[in-house]
Amino acid sequence: MGLKQNLHNFRQKNKDKKWLPAFSAIHTFLFLPNETTHNGTHIKVADDLKRTMNTVIMAMIPCLIFGMFNAGYQHHLAFGEITQATGGFFSSEFWTLDNFSVGFWKVIPLVIVSYVVGLAIEILFAIKNSHEVEEGYLVTGMLVPLIVPIDTPLWMLAVAVAFGVVIGKEVFGGTGMNILNPALTIRAFLFFAYPTWMSGDKVWVHGAVEQDQLIAAGQNVDAISGETILGSLAQNKEAGYEIMDMFYGLIPGSVGETSTLLILLGGLFLIFTKIGSWRIMLSSVIGALVMGLIFNGVVSSGWITESSKFYGLMSTEFWHHLLIGGFAFGTVFMATDPVTASQTNKGKWIYGFLVGFISIMIRVFNPAYPEGVMLAILLMNVFAPTIDHYVVQGNVKKRMKRVKAKVA
Amino acid sequence: MGKDSRLILDPLADNNPITIQVLGICSALAITAELEASIVMSISVLFVLGVGNVVISLMRNIIPSKIRIIVQLIVVATLVIIVDLVLKAFAYELSKTLSVFVGLIITNCIIMGRFEAFALGNSPWRSFLDGIGNALGYGVILIIVGFFRELLGSGTLLGFPVLGDPIEKTGLYALGYENNGFMLLSPMALIVVGIIIWIQRTKNKALIED
Repeated sequence: MGLKQNLHNFRQKNKDKKWLPAFSAIHTFLFLPNETTHNGTHIKVADDLKRTMNTVIMAMIPCLIFGMFNAGYQHHLAFGEITQATGGFFSSEFWTLDNFSVGFWKVIPLVIVSYVVGLAIEILFAIKNSHEVEEGYLVTGMLVPLIVPIDTPLWMLAVAVAFGVVIGKEVFGGTGMNILNPALTIRAFLFFAYPTWMSGDKVWVHGAVEQDQLIAAGQNVDAISGETILGSLAQNKEAGYEIMDMFYGLIPGSVGETSTLLILLGGLFLIFTKIGSWRIMLSSVIGALVMGLIFNGVVSSGWITESSKFYGLMSTEFWHHLLIGGFAFGTVFMATDPVTASQTNKGKWIYGFLVGFISIMIRVFNPAYPEGVMLAILLMNVFAPTIDHYVVQGNVKKRMKRVKAKVA
Repeated sequence: MGKDSRLILDPLADNNPITIQVLGICSALAITAELEASIVMSISVLFVLGVGNVVISLMRNIIPSKIRIIVQLIVVATLVIIVDLVLKAFAYELSKTLSVFVGLIITNCIIMGRFEAFALGNSPWRSFLDGIGNALGYGVILIIVGFFRELLGSGTLLGFPVLGDPIEKTGLYALGYENNGFMLLSPMALIVVGIIIWIQRTKNKALIED
C-alpha cells in the first residue's frame, strides 16, 4: 500500500467531516484522484481543470522571473547604482544576481500573500458550502502579483484579493460562474481604492515611494521618478525608451507585464497547447491596431495639433501601442479567460476586437486611467454573454430559414 | 396590538423596502458617502412618509381614484418642500451636500408605493405606523451603509476622525493604513447594499426567491 492508497483511504474514512473539502483540495492538487465514475459512458481526457490551470501558470513563469530581474534593474538604474544595460535584453548587465535578489524579495511576498489569502477564502467557502475546492484560483493567484506595482503594500493586496475573490467570484457561485475576471476585479479594486499606490510616477520603481516620503520628512535625498511610457505620453512628453527596450521589457511598469517578448512566447505556448483562444488574441490585436490607425489618421489629417492634451498618445505610432503598457499581458492572459470571455467562435472575434479597440480608446481619451486594457476587458466581460446570445440566436434564425425553405 | 406592531417591525427586517423590495436604491447609493447625510436623509423620509401616509389616509374616501396619483404627488411635493426649506434654514451646509436628493424624495418609490399600497386603504393610525415602519426600514439600511462608507472611505464618523489623522499619520495611519477611496464612489454603495442583502438572506432562507 503506497502513500496514494493511504491518502485515498483516509479520505474515504472521513467522508462526512466538515473539513474534508480542504483536505481534498490539497489531495487532488498533488495526486490524480483514483475515483471512477460508475455509470454511463465517459471519455477520459488529460486536460482537466488542473492541467489547464497549470499550463497557464507555466506560460506565466517566464514573465514572473523576468519581472524579478526587471524590478531590480529599474531599482538600481533609478538610484544611479548601475548604468543602462547597453546590450538590452541579452546583456549580462541585466541578468545579474543583484538585480534578481532585489526583485525576488519584493515579488515573492506578493505571490505568497495573493495565494494564501485567495486560497484561504476559497477553502472557507468550499467548507461552508461543502463542495470541492476548485483549482480556479491557481491562475488568478499568479496573475495578481504580475499586474500590480512592485511596491504595493501587502495588506492592500490582501484586502483587494479578499474583495475580488468574494465579490468577483464566490457570490456568483465560485469558479466557472463568475461574470468578471477575478484578477482584474482585484486590480480594479486596488486602482479605485488606493489610486496613489496604483498610478503616478512613483510606484513603478521599487524604492521611489520611500524616497519621496524621506523628502517629505525633510531629508536631503534625490527624488526618483519612474514614469511609465504611457504616463509620459499622456502628459505629451517623450517616451524616452528605445523600441527594442519596450519589446524586451526593460521599462518601468507592473511586475510581469513589461516584456512583450516573453508574453508573446507565453501566448504562443497557450495557443499551441490549445488552452488560450487565438481568435481572441488575434482579434484584440487587430482591434487595437485599427483604433491606433484611426488616431494616427486623425493626427496626420491635422485635426489634433501638438497643443492638444491628446497629442502625445494619439500620435504614438499605431503598432507601438502593442508594446507599451499592459495591453499585451491583458490580451494574452486575461482577455482569453475561458469563463469570462465569449464562448462562441464568432463571439470571440467580436469580443476580442472590442477589447483591443476600447483599450486604446480609453488610453487616449482618459488621462486619469492611462492603461485602458483593464477597464476594456472588464467592460467586455460584462457584455460577453450578450454577444454570445446574439450569435446563437443568429445561428438559430439562419437554420430556421433553411427549414422553412425546405418545407416550402 | 400584535398586528399593529408588525406594521413597524416587518419593514425593519423581513419586508425591508431596500433589501427585500429593492425600492429607493438611487438615494441609498447617492448620499451615503457620509453618515450625517444618511441620518438627515432618513429623518426627512421619516417625516415625509409618516405625515404623508396620514394625510392620504384621511383623504382616502374623498380622492377620486382617477386623479389619485396627482393628489399623492401634491402631498409629497408639499412635504418635501417643507423639509427642503427647513434644511436650508437650519443646516445649510448639509442641504448643499444632499442637494438635489432632498427634492428627489418625491420620486422615491417607497413613498408613492406606501401611499398606493397602504394609506389608500387603511385608517390614519395604521397608515401612520406603516409609514414610520417603512421609513425606519429605509433609514436603517441608509445608516448602515453610511457608517461603513464613511468609516472606511474617509476614516471618520460624523466628521469625527476615529481612525487618526491621515496627514499627521497618527492612530491607524501610523501603521501604514490608508483610506479606501473606492468606498466613496457609488458602485461601492451598491456592493455594500448587496452584502447586506446577502447576509440577510443567509440568515433567513425564507427570503430567498428563485
